[in-house]
Amino acid sequence: MSLFAKKVLGVGVAVVAVGVLIGLYVADWATSFPEPVSATPAPAQVGGANLTLETVASIGKKLSPAHPDWVSYLVRSNGRWIHSTTYTVPANSIIHVTLYQYDSPTGLRNPFLSQVQGTVGGTMTLDGKTVNSINPEEASHTFAVPEMGVFVPLPGVSEEAKNPCEEAPCETSTSAHRTITFSFRTGKKGRYRWQCFVPCGAGYYFGNGGPMQTLGYMGGFIDVT
Amino acid sequence: MSEPNHARRFTLLWLLATVIALPIVIWVIGPLIGPGNGSDQASGQGTDATVLAVIATPVILLVMLYLLYSVIFFRQPSGGALEGPAVRGDSKVQTTWIVITSVLVLIVAVYGTVRLESANGAGSGSGATPLSVPSGPKLPVQVIAQQWYFTYRFPTYGGVETPHLVLPVNTQIELNVTSLDVIHSFWAYQLGVKADANPQVNNVAFVKPTKVMRFEVRCSELCGIWHGSMFDYGHVVSVPAFKQWIARAQVTYAAAKAALPPYSKTYAPEPTRRGG
Repeated sequence: MSLFAKKVLGVGVAVVAVGVLIGLYVADWATSFPEPVSATPAPAQVGGANLTLETVASIGKKLSPAHPDWVSYLVRSNGRWIHSTTYTVPANSIIHVTLYQYDSPTGLRNPFLSQVQGTVGGTMTLDGKTVNSINPEEASHTFAVPEMGVFVPLPGVSEEAKNPCEEAPCETSTSAHRTITFSFRTGKKGRYRWQCFVPCGAGYYFGNGGPMQTLGYMGGFIDVT
Repeated sequence: MSEPNHARRFTLLWLLATVIALPIVIWVIGPLIGPGNGSDQASGQGTDATVLAVIATPVILLVMLYLLYSVIFFRQPSGGALEGPAVRGDSKVQTTWIVITSVLVLIVAVYGTVRLESANGAGSGSGATPLSVPSGPKLPVQVIAQQWYFTYRFPTYGGVETPHLVLPVNTQIELNVTSLDVIHSFWAYQLGVKADANPQVNNVAFVKPTKVMRFEVRCSELCGIWHGSMFDYGHVVSVPAFKQWIARAQVTYAAAKAALPPYSKTYAPEPTRRGG
């Protein structure tokens, strides 16, 4: 083999190797989704499935070493709080959501989203009281599945609360919180995105960067199966 | 064997191909170009695209046919590399080339400029200060973009805001497009409307839907993680059906309406408490 052919072969092998490495990196990035967590079947007399969530001001080093100070959702599974925003729920069912909200208010940029929409009865319960809207200034986060028409505003914990949760996972027995419950109906199978509409990404442009732009914190998927 | 008159033969071939191709472009390919005939603006864009295709067809045929003709008739004979004679100073060819290309470019420029600012052209007269405003009554509809959803506000119906877009047929619509955060772009494809949604800017676009239909709404400006999910279907319905829908919306979204700020062409909403 001539020197020229050897050079061509060497460059070719190097280019292919770099291409494969880049391809593997992109494939890994593109397929890195938070671990899906399934809703648990509700008692037979109620029907549907239960989904228990919490929102926290700081996810903490234990659950997110890379971004410990980011705001985040957590989901309850087998008695533990899991850092995931991909939820698997059954098709054509009622999903009963219980959400513990530990963060303080940020406020909605669009007050239109202060009305509860798309839930059963068009309402939610807030600390045991049925409501159909909140003061948009008091919103801390939202749980919204736009494709399903579900928009649920989540009011924040008072900034003067005596025992705010400093780091996730937060527990209702020890930290100030709001309890929100609502139910919504799922339709056909598919993957639906959900997101928070409150600009709660502290320190980012319009509050919509960081945890708002990263899967696993303030947005994810509802997998209807 | 004497050399044939290539110029005459090629010109005839080109003219024949053009005469065959143009009706195909106008009546077969043109209607397929899109975005359809869902509105005056969409039909106008279809016409514009067809006109540009008609202008481009003879040019494309000229280039492609000459390439083909050269491969067949000016092929290098085997057995030796022959250098053709240099052609220099042919003022006839140069002048013809410059005149034809200049005329074509000028036609396209003038046509494009006129159509861009006309009410039914590709630009639909849109912009922060529209050059062309359709006459007659118009239904104002505000498009509010936000990360990552479009909502719509109807100032002549009490300022009610809705999560979906429904429009009455055969009605001139004045779309006022703005954003609450970053740059988005409102694109109602089958209606032939695309308008940038910029914060603190009211971008006006006009559209007159001409048939009852469903149309796609999507964001066409990369705006963050859920940009691809800024998708919805809008509907053009009859005028009575629209009035029923908007009356229902006023009841359904009454609680949200109570929390909304007064209608404005743009908004600079708080909070920025957590914004950087």
